[in-house]
Amino acid sequence: MFAYIVKRLISGFLVVTLVSMAVFALFWYGPSSPAKPICDREQGVRCIPERLVAYEKSLGYDNPIYTEYGKFVKGIFVGREIAFRTDVYQCDAPCLGLSYNTKQPVTHELVSRLPATISVAVGGAFLYLLLGVPIGVAAARRRGSVADKALVSSFLFLSSIPYYLFALLTWLYLTVLWEAPVVSDVGYFSPFSDGPLKWFGGLFLAWVALGIFGCTQYTRYTRGAMVEALSEDYIRTAKAKGLPARTVVYRHGLRAALVPVVTIFGIDFGSLLAGTIFTERIFEIQGIGYWSLQAVGNKDLPVVAATTLFSAVMLIFSNLIVDVVYSFLDPRVRLS
Amino acid sequence: MTSTVPSSTPGSDSTIGRTEGPILVVEDLTVTFPTEDGPVSAVQGLSYSVEMGKTLGIVGESGSGKSVSSMAVLGLHDAKSSQITGSIRIDGTEVVGLSENRFRKLRGNTVSMIFQDALAALHPFYKIGAQLAEAYQVHHPNASDRDARRKAIEMLDRVGIPQPDSRVDDFPHQFSGGMRQRAMIAMGLINDPSLLIADEPTTALDVTVQAQILDLLQDLQREFNSAVIIITHDLGVIAEMADDVLVMYAGRCVEYGTTKEILTHPEMPYTWGLLSSIPDISASTDARLIPIPGNPPSLFSPPTGCAFHPRCGFKDKVPGRLCYDKMPELATGSGRVEHLKRCHLANPDAIYRAEVLPEIAPDLVEEIR
Amino acid sequence: MTQDPNAEAQIAPSEVGANAADTGERQTTGPVDGAVGVQEDGYSDHEVAVASNFEGHTASRLDPDAEPVLEVENLKMYFPVKSSGLLRRTIGHVQAVDGISFQVPRGGSLGLVGESGCGKSTTGRLITRLYDPTGGSMMFEGKDLAQISQREMKPYRRDVQMIFQDPYTSLNPRHTVGAIVGAPLSVHKIVPKNKILGRVQELLEVVGLNPEHYNRYPNEFSGGQRQRIGIARALTLNPKLLVADEPVSALDVSIQAQVVNLLQDLQKEFDIAFLFIAHDLAIVRHFCPEVAVMYLGKIVEIADRETLYSHSHHPYTQALISAVPDVKQAAIGGRRERIRLEGDVPSPINPPSGCRFRTRCSYAQEICARVEPPLLQIGWRHKVACHFAGELGAHPATPVTTELLGVDDQGTPTGTAATPLMTGPGYEPEWYDLKTKQLTSA
Ligand SMILES: Nc1ncnc2c1ncn2[C@@H]1O[C@H](COP(=O)(O)OP(=O)(O)OP(=O)(O)O)[C@@H](O)[C@H]1O
Ligand SMILES: Nc1ncnc2c1ncn2[C@@H]1O[C@H](COP(=O)(O)OP(=O)(O)O)[C@@H](O)[C@H]1O
Ligand code: SF4
Ligand code: SF4
Ligand SMILES: [Mg+2]
Ligand SMILES: [Mg+2]
Repeated sequence: MFAYIVKRLISGFLVVTLVSMAVFALFWYGPSSPAKPICDREQGVRCIPERLVAYEKSLGYDNPIYTEYGKFVKGIFVGREIAFRTDVYQCDAPCLGLSYNTKQPVTHELVSRLPATISVAVGGAFLYLLLGVPIGVAAARRRGSVADKALVSSFLFLSSIPYYLFALLTWLYLTVLWEAPVVSDVGYFSPFSDGPLKWFGGLFLAWVALGIFGCTQYTRYTRGAMVEALSEDYIRTAKAKGLPARTVVYRHGLRAALVPVVTIFGIDFGSLLAGTIFTERIFEIQGIGYWSLQAVGNKDLPVVAATTLFSAVMLIFSNLIVDVVYSFLDPRVRLS
Repeated sequence: MTSTVPSSTPGSDSTIGRTEGPILVVEDLTVTFPTEDGPVSAVQGLSYSVEMGKTLGIVGESGSGKSVSSMAVLGLHDAKSSQITGSIRIDGTEVVGLSENRFRKLRGNTVSMIFQDALAALHPFYKIGAQLAEAYQVHHPNASDRDARRKAIEMLDRVGIPQPDSRVDDFPHQFSGGMRQRAMIAMGLINDPSLLIADEPTTALDVTVQAQILDLLQDLQREFNSAVIIITHDLGVIAEMADDVLVMYAGRCVEYGTTKEILTHPEMPYTWGLLSSIPDISASTDARLIPIPGNPPSLFSPPTGCAFHPRCGFKDKVPGRLCYDKMPELATGSGRVEHLKRCHLANPDAIYRAEVLPEIAPDLVEEIR
Repeated sequence: MTQDPNAEAQIAPSEVGANAADTGERQTTGPVDGAVGVQEDGYSDHEVAVASNFEGHTASRLDPDAEPVLEVENLKMYFPVKSSGLLRRTIGHVQAVDGISFQVPRGGSLGLVGESGCGKSTTGRLITRLYDPTGGSMMFEGKDLAQISQREMKPYRRDVQMIFQDPYTSLNPRHTVGAIVGAPLSVHKIVPKNKILGRVQELLEVVGLNPEHYNRYPNEFSGGQRQRIGIARALTLNPKLLVADEPVSALDVSIQAQVVNLLQDLQKEFDIAFLFIAHDLAIVRHFCPEVAVMYLGKIVEIADRETLYSHSHHPYTQALISAVPDVKQAAIGGRRERIRLEGDVPSPINPPSGCRFRTRCSYAQEICARVEPPLLQIGWRHKVACHFAGELGAHPATPVTTELLGVDDQGTPTGTAATPLMTGPGYEPEWYDLKTKQLTSA
C-alpha cells in the first residue's frame, strides 16, 4: 500500500514534470516571441524590435531552452531573481514566475485566490452528493415508476443544456429578476474571515448553479449503480436474512453503489479544485479559474503556465486519492 | 407424506402450534410476473409439504420455476412486480399476503435460504463475520456485537471452517468456493431455522467439495432436526439426500412422491428423460445417452395440452390428441400411494420397464420387480 | 475484431472458473428467452428429427493399437507470480502444469479429470498453443508443437481445435452464425469465397442446426444450440484433434446429452481424436475409453476406463469417484459411505513436497513427504503415482516404490542405485507388478 502510494507519487511527479516541460515549450516556441506580451504592455511606448530584444535578453530567451527550463525548475525549489529589462524582482520559492501584469510572483496570487476556488469546489461538490445521491437512490428504488421516468427525462434535459448557459440563466433569474435575499450584492466573493454570512452570500449562487447542474449527473450515476447493485445476489441474501428494507437498500445496496460514484466524484472534485472557469467568471468569484481566463486574455504567459501546472497537479493528486480510497471501499482491490 | 393434492380448505388456521403437522405447506401456489411481453407464469398450481427432519428435493431444468417457487416461500419477490396466489403456510402461519414487517421476522429465523453462487450471494465489501453477525443480530436485537461475533465464530466452526476465529475477519473473496458455501450455510443456520431452503448449493462446486457440503448439510439437519428443501438438477444428489422429490417442468409439478418411489418407478416421460440423459457413474458405457430433444418451452407461449408434449417421445401411446389438447391433471400413480404424476399415459410403469429401463440400466430390469 | 478464429478464442474463454458461477445464473433466463424465436420456427422439430434419424454411435471403445495422434511429454506451464513492490520481481511460479505426459490415440479420446484449478484447462490451452509452454514437448504429426513459433503454428491450428466451456461468452455476439463458422475458412483461404456459405450450411446441418439460420446472431440461440455453433466452428477445418474444455458443463442437464451424443457421432464420422476435459466423472467415463486424473498440475493416475473406475489404485482417484452421487442410491436410500476428503487443494505456488496429495491423503506416511512418487506403469494400460498404490481397502502397509527409487520405507536414500523408470507418454509391454515387485508382461 505504502509502496503503491510512493510509486504513484513518483509517476505523478513525472507527469507533472512532463506537463511543465510541455507548457514551457509551448510558450517558448509560440507563434510570437514570449517576451512580446510584456513588451507590448509597456505604457505609452511601442514595442520596437530593440526593446523586444532587450526584454528577451533580460528574460533569458536568448539562452537555449533547457538552461531556462533548468532555471525555472530551480526557481520552484529555491526561488530566483527575474529581470524585466532593467528592473529586477525577487521571486521566492516556490517560484512559478512573475505575472507580466502585476510583476508579482505568481505563487502569491495563486495562494491568495485558492480560498475562493476551494470554497466554490467544496460547496459545489457537497451539493453534487447531497442532492445527487439521495435522488438517485430514490429513483433506483422506484425504478420504472412514473416519478422515476419523469425524473430521468427531466434530468436528461437539464444536463443537455450547456453549463455556461445554465449558469448564466441561474444568475439572471436569481440575482437580476428575483434579487434573491441571501445573495450579497457587492463584490460577490468575500473570504470566510469577513464573516460566514458574507462568505456564504457570495458563494451561494455559484453553488446553486454548480450543484444543481452537477447533481443531475450524480443522480444518473447513483441511479445506475444502485439499480445494478439492487439486482445483485447479495441483496437477495440480505433480504433473506430478514433485514429491514432500509438496511438492505442502504447498508448493502448503497454501500456497493457508492464505489463507482466515489470514483467519479474524486476526479470531478479534482477538476473543481483546478478552477471552475465559467462559474467563477459568471458569478465574479476571483478564483483560479477566473484568473486563468483573465491571464489568457492578457497574454500573461507565466500565469497561464502556472494555472495549467496547478490543474495538472490537482488532477493527478485527486486520481491518486481516488485509487487509495477505492482500495478502502472495495476490499477485493489490492493496490499493487 | 401428507397428501398435498390441491385441497379446497383455505389456510386460515394460523394458530396451530409447531410440532403438529408439516412445517411448510404450499398449496396451489402460482407466481406470475407481469412483463412487457405479457404475464409470465413462472410457477403454477404448485402444492407440496415438508415435515420437520425431512428433506424435499426439487428437480427440473433451469427455468422450470424451482427458484421462483422457493423464493416465494421466503417472500423474496417484489410485491410490485410479481403476483402470488395460493397458500403458503410456514409453521401454520399463512404468509401469502402477510405484511412485510411480520414476514421479515420469519426470514432468516424460522425459514432461511442459501443460494447457488456463494461468491455473488455474499456481500463483497463486508467481512464474513460481519455478515453472519448481522444475520444473528437482526433476530436477536438484544445481542451485543461481542455475542454476535462469538456466535459467528461458533457457526463457522460448526460448518468446518479451520481457524474460525481468524477467518471470521476474512472477506468472501479470500475464501475458496467450498468455504464460501460453508459460510453461507453457517449464515443460514445461525438462527436455528426450522426450514432451510438450499437452492443449488453445490452446482458450481467440485465433486469432492460437493460431497463435503452434502455431508455437512445432512449432519446439521440431524443435529437441528430441521426440514430441508434442496433444489438441484442432479438426480444423484436427490437420490442421496432427499426423502421426497418433486419434479418440475415449465412451472408445474409433474411428478411428486417419495424419492425411492419416484426414482425407481418414475411414471412421467420427463422424469424418464432426466434419468436417461445423464450417464451415471456405474452405468454401462456402451449405452447411448438418450437426450430429451429440443429445448425447454417458452413461458410466454407455453405449449397447449401437456407442456412437455413437443419433446415427449411417448405421446403416440396416448389415444387421440389428448397430449396436444388437454393438460393432464396431477393424479396418483398406477395404484400406488405417495406418488403423483401429471401424464395421460395409462400404463406408464409397464412402458418404463419395457422401453426405458433396458436403455438406461439393463442390469436393473430384473431387479426392479 | 480480428479475423483469426484463434484470436477470438483467446479472449473468449475468459476465466473459466469465474464463469462457471455466472453461467448458472444466466442460464435461468438464457435458454428460455433464446428458445422463443427458435421454437416458433418449428426449429425444435428439426432438431428432434436430427436426433432420432441419426443412427447413433455409442461411446468409443479403446483401440490399444491406435497410433497416437498427440504425444505429450513432460509438459510444463509455470505462470510467474510478481511481487507487489516497486520493482515487480518474479517471486514465484504458479506451477499450473508440472511435467505431464500422455498420448491421445488417433480417433480416440482421452479424458482429463480433477478438481478445479488442477491444470486441466491450462493443459488444453497449451496444446492449442493459447499459452506458450514453459517446457516439455507436444508431438503432433511429427512436429513438436511446443517448439515452433506462433507463426509456424498456424497450419496446425487447422488440425487442433478447441471447444470452450461457456457457450455464452465464447461466441462473438456481433457476428452472425455464418460468419463465426465460416471465419476459419476465409482466414485459411481454403474454400473460394462463393463456396463458403455452402460449406457453412453443411456444417450447421452436421451439428443439428437448421442450415437456413446461418444469418442469425448467437443470442437468438439457446445454450445447447450455441454450443453446437461452437462445435461447428471447431469442425470447419476438419481437425484431427479437438480439445473440448468442459463442453457440457454450462449446459442444462437435458441438453448435455444432446451435445455428448453429437460429439460422439462426429468423432465416429470424421475420425477426430478428443482431449476431453471435464470435472463430471460420469460424463468422462461415458465418453472416454481412457482417462487421466490430475491433481495440482500432475497426472496421478491414468488408465483405461474399466481399470480407472473399478480398480483405481490412487487414493485421490478413489476419493473422487466415491464423491460422485449415484442415482441408483435411491433404491437403497440414504447416502453411500464415501471417502471424505478434508480441506481444499493447496496452492500451486507452493505445492507440498514429495507427493502433492499428501496433505489430504489418509494413507500418507513419512516417505510421501520426502520422495515424489513416480508415475509408474503397474498394469497393461495403467499408471499410478503413489507409494502405497493399491485398490480401495487394499493399500499396502509398506511403500511399493522403495526398491525402484533406492530408498528405505521412510524415504531415506539407501545408497542402492535407483532402477531407471519408464517415464514416456505411452505404455510399455512390460510393467512393474505390485504383487511380485517384478517386471511383468501380459
Ligand atoms: N494466466 C494465468 N496466470 C497465472 N496463473 C494461472 C493462469 N491460468 C491459470 N492459472 C493457474 O493455474 C492453475 C490451473 O488452472 P486451470 O485453469 O488449468 O485449472 P482447471 O483444472 O481447468 O480448473 P477448472 O476445473 O476450474 O476449470 C490454477 O491454480 C490457476 O489459478
Ligand atoms: N423477476 C422475474 N420477471 C420475469 N420472469 C422471471 C422473473 N424471475 C424469474 N423469471 C422466470 O421464471 C422462470 C423460472 O425461473 P427460476 O425459478 O429461476 O428457474 P429455476 O428452475 O432454474 O430455478 C424462468 O423462465 C425465469 O426467466
Ligand atoms: S401427457 Fe402425453 S405428452 Fe405429456 S408426458 Fe404424458 S405422454 Fe408425454
Ligand atoms: S504417495 Fe503417499 S500421500 Fe501420495 S497418494 Fe500415495 S499414500 Fe497418499
Ligand atoms: Mg434457479
Ligand atoms: Mg478449466
